[in-house]
Amino acid sequence: MRVTVTINGQRRSDEIEDRLLLVHYLREVAQLTGTHVGCETSLCGACTVLINGKAVKSCTVLAAQAEGVEITTVEGLVKDGHLHPVQEGFWEEHGLQCGFCTPGMLMLTTDLLSRNPDPSEAEIRHALDGNLCRCTGYQHIINAVQYAARKMRETRKSA
Amino acid sequence: MAAGIVPKFVGSRVKRREDPRLISGNGTYVDDIKLPGMLAAVMLRSPYGHAKINSIDVEAAKKLPGVVAVLTGEDIRGKLPTLITAAPAQNVPYHPALAQDRVRFVGEAVAVAVAIDQYTAQDALDLIEVDYDPLPVITDPEKALEADAPVIHEQFGNNISTRAEVKSGEIDRAMREADRIIKFRLVNQRLAPVPMEPRGAVAQWNPGSEYLTLWSSTQGPHLLRSYLAEVLKLPEHRMRVIAPEVGGGFGCKLNVYAEEVMTAYLAMLLNKPVKWIERRRENLATTTHGRDLITYIEAPVKNDGTILGLKARFICDMGAYLQLLTPMVPGFAGMMMTGCYKVPAMAFEQLMVFTNKMAPDAYRGAGRPEACFIAERTMDMIALELNLDPAEIRRKNFIPKEAFPAQIASGLIYDSGDYEPALDLALKHIDYPKVRAEQAEGRKHGRYIGIGICSYVEICGIGPSPMLPPSMKGGGWESATIRMEPDSKVTVLTGVSPHGQGQETSFAQLVADELGIGIDDVTVVHGDTAIVQYGTGTFGSRGTSVGGAALMMAVQKLQAKMKKIASTMMEVPPDQLTFNNGTIAMASDLTKSIPLQRVVDASYGHKHPIPGIEPGLNEAGFYEPTACTFPFGTHACVVEVDADTGVVKFLRYVAVDDCGRIINPLLVEGQVHGGIAQGIAQALYEEVIYDENGQLLTATLMDYAVPKAEMLPHYELDSTVTPSPINPLGVKGVGEAGTIGSTPCVVSGVLDALKPFGIKNLDMPLKPEKIWRAIQAARKA
Ligand code: FES
Ligand code: FES
Repeated sequence: MRVTVTINGQRRSDEIEDRLLLVHYLREVAQLTGTHVGCETSLCGACTVLINGKAVKSCTVLAAQAEGVEITTVEGLVKDGHLHPVQEGFWEEHGLQCGFCTPGMLMLTTDLLSRNPDPSEAEIRHALDGNLCRCTGYQHIINAVQYAARKMRETRKSA
Repeated sequence: MAAGIVPKFVGSRVKRREDPRLISGNGTYVDDIKLPGMLAAVMLRSPYGHAKINSIDVEAAKKLPGVVAVLTGEDIRGKLPTLITAAPAQNVPYHPALAQDRVRFVGEAVAVAVAIDQYTAQDALDLIEVDYDPLPVITDPEKALEADAPVIHEQFGNNISTRAEVKSGEIDRAMREADRIIKFRLVNQRLAPVPMEPRGAVAQWNPGSEYLTLWSSTQGPHLLRSYLAEVLKLPEHRMRVIAPEVGGGFGCKLNVYAEEVMTAYLAMLLNKPVKWIERRRENLATTTHGRDLITYIEAPVKNDGTILGLKARFICDMGAYLQLLTPMVPGFAGMMMTGCYKVPAMAFEQLMVFTNKMAPDAYRGAGRPEACFIAERTMDMIALELNLDPAEIRRKNFIPKEAFPAQIASGLIYDSGDYEPALDLALKHIDYPKVRAEQAEGRKHGRYIGIGICSYVEICGIGPSPMLPPSMKGGGWESATIRMEPDSKVTVLTGVSPHGQGQETSFAQLVADELGIGIDDVTVVHGDTAIVQYGTGTFGSRGTSVGGAALMMAVQKLQAKMKKIASTMMEVPPDQLTFNNGTIAMASDLTKSIPLQRVVDASYGHKHPIPGIEPGLNEAGFYEPTACTFPFGTHACVVEVDADTGVVKFLRYVAVDDCGRIINPLLVEGQVHGGIAQGIAQALYEEVIYDENGQLLTATLMDYAVPKAEMLPHYELDSTVTPSPINPLGVKGVGEAGTIGSTPCVVSGVLDALKPFGIKNLDMPLKPEKIWRAIQAARKA
């Protein structure tokens, strides 16, 4: 079957197997390997991408179900050569070690901050519930989210 | 660096140089590697804990369009030898890469299907028919020792792999002279390391040059190359092993797995690149587990709380086969079990037992968390029995500062230490007297607050080569090469294989300061055996203490050569020169200098300045540590147990760690945080469970409780700094400290909260249900 989607602003159309998972479509067909597979069972969050702006685990969606949607992956976060504030936050606050969970964490954070521009530590911990990190113990990730939130609020103010 | 020049980078919170690629989706993990014509391999795994294989029918699978090959154990019999155990053991079973005749644990690979893609290979597995005869299963290591237990490897006659005893000091006298002997049983449950990136391998064989390239998610590419060379009977110079970006290891990727062997073998057999990627279910079932140690402890003590000795009997569950270092881990536990205390005599007996489970192996801490748990639970038990304060009992028994370097009963020599300040600092942070008062007050109103304390010492920087088993490839040493390129930028090749630890940054900090250049002028390369000189790899918190020391050796050689060249150009003796801000300068007058680039030009250019000095700027260092380092610290927590639900809530978590000199505080914090999280996970949440039929009940992340952000506390960190005299950097190592300190700390806190119920001991993980049941039982009694 054929599926047509927009990924990081680029429209594409591909012939795919019905059973192909979206995460495999992104990684194997669209060749965007920034999105990772950690479990294939919607339990780790490594595969999180934005679908129409909302964080979704791309291992729980068939590529076929993505017909017509807009997808943002980690590769789409950099704009005009500038890091997204969320990426900046993870870098500044040492929000990653091995980096495997990171793309999912970044996409989830982007979604979170679009809904809640000033989350508390408890709210961040709650929001992270679907995304596992085995390296950081989460505290630096929380700092990273807060850094990004601050940065985004400041930019909005000055805009 | 000359005296008087302040380090610019060492000691500062430099943000990581590995991050830009990782936060933009530009990291290349093994599953991201795509080669033309690459095939996918998928393993068929045993659904039985123990069974005889009567026959395997692969014909239908082979006929499926897209399937290229299907292999079983019969296809490799006599062609691939047994997988390797490097640690000494008395009974070492034959361990084929694909099961032959029998399967001995759930998940053991039985066949492999290779197809044009993973989906097709997976389909092929459904068409393979295996005829099994189930056999009696044994999963409890204590029952496995009973005379009528089913025997897992018939050739040994029983289920014992190894029995060993270590005795030191006058333990019998200590037992006689004690006022009392405190006896108890401790269990370090079985854990799964669960790196977020499962394992994986890609192999490519060039039949023309007879050259094998293997990408693997590994912590030790050189070790892996050496072992694969042995198994595949290839010379090492015709093999290249690459550890690409590795998504976490924690010990479980320091191994040689059946799948790595099979992937390489298949690529050679089929003349096509082959990829194997582990799925999470496989990861939980077939990547090495950790811990799984039952301990019977006897501690002779005086009535004032002085400990006279420590005796332990270890029942070590080895699983069905021995992986690379499976038999080595419990030994570390025994050698370190006296912790940071003066314990003049000790003895331990190890019984390593086969069961129908996956093999455990190194997992973050590898023996030291077990050791620390023994030492710290012993202190708490003594305090409880003698009604003494748990902090004071530790203080009383600490090895005193004056005793360092201190030889402990097991023979190990602790390099440096000062344990009381860390304890004091931790107690100050939680405001110990105040929180004890709150606890007493709370108990009157049915509020159960507990205070947990753990003073740990651990062993890092492994290590002098004799500490590793003789059959281990590589050694305890580490290597580095430093190269100043013609444009005076620097390339470092390190033999360690970081996978999250951040040495691309910390090593660049070291080099930049030593050579007076910018951090962006240094690139650190690792994880490729065709580029990097032989190295041992990243494990045992050795990356910086051993790998960093090797790098310093190389740096010093480079500095010496460059000073010699500069000396002829400046007509100043080399020993009066130093590196400063892009120049080589007179140490006494930094304005008298020449730019580094001129020295570099002189070395690489055609007008070589001094006859007798070789052109080029390329130096290597191989560093063999003289001893291990022993970081220490005290963790303290305040928890509250809800007596109606058994739920544990953290009120405070304080960690005071002493890892020697710190190169990058930001990275150290990250290591400590992650370590604490894994230690708390053992105390409260995680446990690999097999039922009596050998079925793995924790085969998904739904059932195996890797903690989420909400399940962990906010960590408060502090440190003391006692530099190590062992290595030139004064660093000790920090990769595992958090894990080692936190497990006993949390258990101590929860049991302290439960003290009013008369509950003295509970086995980990301290899940709400277990706590609730214990409270119910206590209330009824
Ligand atoms: S891979 Fe999708 S949630 Fe784990
Ligand atoms: S950084 Fe390694 S899993 Fe999160």
